[in-house]
Amino acid sequence: MGNKTQKCPGTGSAQAGRAAACQGCPNQGLCAAGAAGPDPAEAAELRARLRAVRHTVLVLSGKGGVGKSTFSALLAHGLAADETKQVALLDIDICGPSIPKIMGLEGEQVHQSGSGWSPVYVEENLGVMSVGFLLSSPDDAVIWRGPKKNGLIKQFLRDVDWGEVDYLIVDTPPGTSDEHLSIVQYLSATRIDGAVIVTTPQEVSLQDVRKEINFCRKVKLPIIGVVENMSGFVCPKCKNESQIFPPTTGGAEKMCQNLSVSLLGKVPLDPQIGKSCDSGQSFLAEAPESPATLSYRNIIQRIQEYCEQHHLQEEKIM
Amino acid sequence: MEETPGGERANLAGVRHIVLVLSGKGGVGKSTLSTELALALRHAGKRVGILDVDLCGPSIPRMLRVQDSAVHQCDSGWVPVFVGQDKAIALMSIGFLLERPDDAVVWRGPKKNALIKQFVTDVAWGDLDFLIVDTPPGTSDEHISTVEALRPHQLLGAVLVTTPQAVSVGDVRRELTFCRKAGLHILGIVENMSGFVCPHCSECTNIFSKGGGEELAKHAGVPFLGCVPLDPQLSQSLEEGRDFIQEFPKSSAFPALTHIAQQILDTSQRSS
Repeated sequence: MGNKTQKCPGTGSAQAGRAAACQGCPNQGLCAAGAAGPDPAEAAELRARLRAVRHTVLVLSGKGGVGKSTFSALLAHGLAADETKQVALLDIDICGPSIPKIMGLEGEQVHQSGSGWSPVYVEENLGVMSVGFLLSSPDDAVIWRGPKKNGLIKQFLRDVDWGEVDYLIVDTPPGTSDEHLSIVQYLSATRIDGAVIVTTPQEVSLQDVRKEINFCRKVKLPIIGVVENMSGFVCPKCKNESQIFPPTTGGAEKMCQNLSVSLLGKVPLDPQIGKSCDSGQSFLAEAPESPATLSYRNIIQRIQEYCEQHHLQEEKIM
Repeated sequence: MEETPGGERANLAGVRHIVLVLSGKGGVGKSTLSTELALALRHAGKRVGILDVDLCGPSIPRMLRVQDSAVHQCDSGWVPVFVGQDKAIALMSIGFLLERPDDAVVWRGPKKNALIKQFVTDVAWGDLDFLIVDTPPGTSDEHISTVEALRPHQLLGAVLVTTPQAVSVGDVRRELTFCRKAGLHILGIVENMSGFVCPHCSECTNIFSKGGGEELAKHAGVPFLGCVPLDPQLSQSLEEGRDFIQEFPKSSAFPALTHIAQQILDTSQRSS
């Protein structure tokens, strides 16, 4: 595989990712991607399209199945509860697009107008875009290699007529690959407030999430904080708690301490969450008294505060 | 590394059956099932190997307590790491190639494809009854490249893992299409995390719903291999790299996992 520190030109160098010594280095793609970026014409196009987006939040995890899409959907619903806010939810999980189902929009198709693709609206102030809307059957598989996936993500950003948006939430697939590099690259033309990283308590998840945190740091993506999902289960009958996904290495709390990132909150398991997702309803609306709802609402509020504060700081600088 | 004549075929020539573990969906238990299947087949006296092609999230080394191991090369290629009680399960994962476990592998498709091809053709597996291939979620570069690289060899088929709820099943339906398009024989569907029995009062709660996997198998006309319940002892074993099959025969997930292994064994015997 090669020793990555041997003759490394340095990750900030103009040669990053392109020097002979970079061949075989696990970070070559990352360095090369950072150095290249979108070309100036593309960047200008994207900047124009996304000019009316005030805040952008990426929802990430190194690990699959921890609740990114669930969280993205609830974040969108939570923010859109304020009818004065315009919210957009973009699903860039090309192979496993869960958002249409979770938002109750399965079977919807995308319409084109003079100003571009129209998002599919759940509420007047909540619009959604996903590759799921471009597929004609639930059995259709999107079997694409990286470059084609990147092309669609660029199209989503360039061709969708989002209009004026207060919050753009981007749901991502698990991993640290094409989709993640591309979204960071394409959105570098505008601005990302930060990333929310979702995990579950056990080490099998945390070991992937640490990689994701390192990815964020390498591409200079601010981390708003970490959400620990599936954090304990209270039996509805005897009310005893079980740790189905045990925090054997201290859970997200310890990891956040070690890596100096915020822990935004912990959300317990609630069977109603899965049911709501399956039926395309907002869990927050269906189970307002659930401890999980309370946790989600607190986390959403913290994210909102972070974005508003961030915005104020930027305005001060300007 | 020297090329042996016919090197490409030689390293997999001693492998009798290859089983792919797939899912459209992340976090449903592919790595868990791959690990437990390998352990169960080993306890049934078979020679087993595991190939972990999840380049971004390689989970298997930790599940077998070898996360700090390194790999070496010999004339015929990379030597796998031997794990398990009797050090008889051969494991290859990119996890072993990372200098620091927290390093993210941030590669685009072409580089992933190159490594997967190397993994498939350049590991000196020796003689194995079963090679279990654990994959990341999705239907993209890793899956296309893995199937292409394995096509000339003894592919028994694919096991698809889902959790019961519709959101997971929705992705696994697409994986089924991938299998059909790729000409992969489908060994069956496993419905994981299917129900949780409270260890305090024995009340069963369907935390992630119930029945979606079984229904999908029926709808798609493929075998249903069984339901595996949520089992804190299984989660704990995986966290600590313990041999669940050996140490927790009375646990709630044990009968289901051994039954799945038996069905794979039966299919392999019919195909031999």
